[in-house]
Amino acid sequence: MAGALRLRARVLIRPKTGILDPQGQAVERALPALGFEGVANVHVGRLIELDVQDASQVPQMCERLLANPLIEDYEVVEIASHTAEDAA
Amino acid sequence: MKFGVVRFPGSCDEVDALMACRRFADADLLWHGDRDLSGVDAVIVPGGFSYGDYLRVGAIARFSPLMESVIEFARDGGPVLGICNGFQVLCEAGLLPGALLPNDSLRFVCRQVDVIVENPGTPFTRACEEGDSLSIPVKHTTGRYYAPSGTLPEDQVVLRYAPGHNPNGSMDDVAGVCNEGGNVMGLMPHPEHAVDPLTGSADGGRLFESLAMVPA
Repeated sequence: MAGALRLRARVLIRPKTGILDPQGQAVERALPALGFEGVANVHVGRLIELDVQDASQVPQMCERLLANPLIEDYEVVEIASHTAEDAA
Repeated sequence: MKFGVVRFPGSCDEVDALMACRRFADADLLWHGDRDLSGVDAVIVPGGFSYGDYLRVGAIARFSPLMESVIEFARDGGPVLGICNGFQVLCEAGLLPGALLPNDSLRFVCRQVDVIVENPGTPFTRACEEGDSLSIPVKHTTGRYYAPSGTLPEDQVVLRYAPGHNPNGSMDDVAGVCNEGGNVMGLMPHPEHAVDPLTGSADGGRLFESLAMVPA
């Protein structure tokens, strides 16, 4: 696939609003201990980056595998095109 | 009557589950890469870390060749019991409502808990009476059951943690649920580790005994 145009997708996955996020709470409690005050609404999710040929398939990938829509929201935040050489 | 116990790469409780089944009926292991369920009458999806639990617990295992056959078996009414990681796999497969989230403590919990039989009318609990208390161990990090509002009818709650025994922050103390048809069940506690008084309790055997009973 050398030289083929690829699309770079970045998927952000976060716990759905209203679902208890103990990881976010733990981080929120830890920051003041380091002197960082005024921090609220901390949530911990995950980031998936992938090169794809057809960006229109990314939401389906999220629905079927990358996220669990019952408990997680996902957002495709950045799509940039490049060639396979760029990525190497 | 013959049980089939699924073995994924990363399963770790399949041998205990196999031995628990064999107290009540025949049982054999089923390999994740096969599609043939070998004519078994009930399927156990055991605990462990199937496919490394990469991405999310149970997320990748549910696409294995064998799981495609298990999903078909379940849709045809065959009894399927998911234990711990098996529960997570069945939720990811859409065979059970809801999902399992990290424990509210963010810690691994390993302890004996009491669970109450809420629905004795399933193939998994017919050897029990409503309100029976079963002493069964839990051992998990991702066991906090959650179902969006309105997606879990009360009669699909099969087991609840006894008051004060909820180890993970599960919604409404839910420990085990079934599907609408009642032929698929998942639970976080490990009944296969509670089949002999030598290890503290034989209460878990009631679930395997129930499955082995000929329906009335």
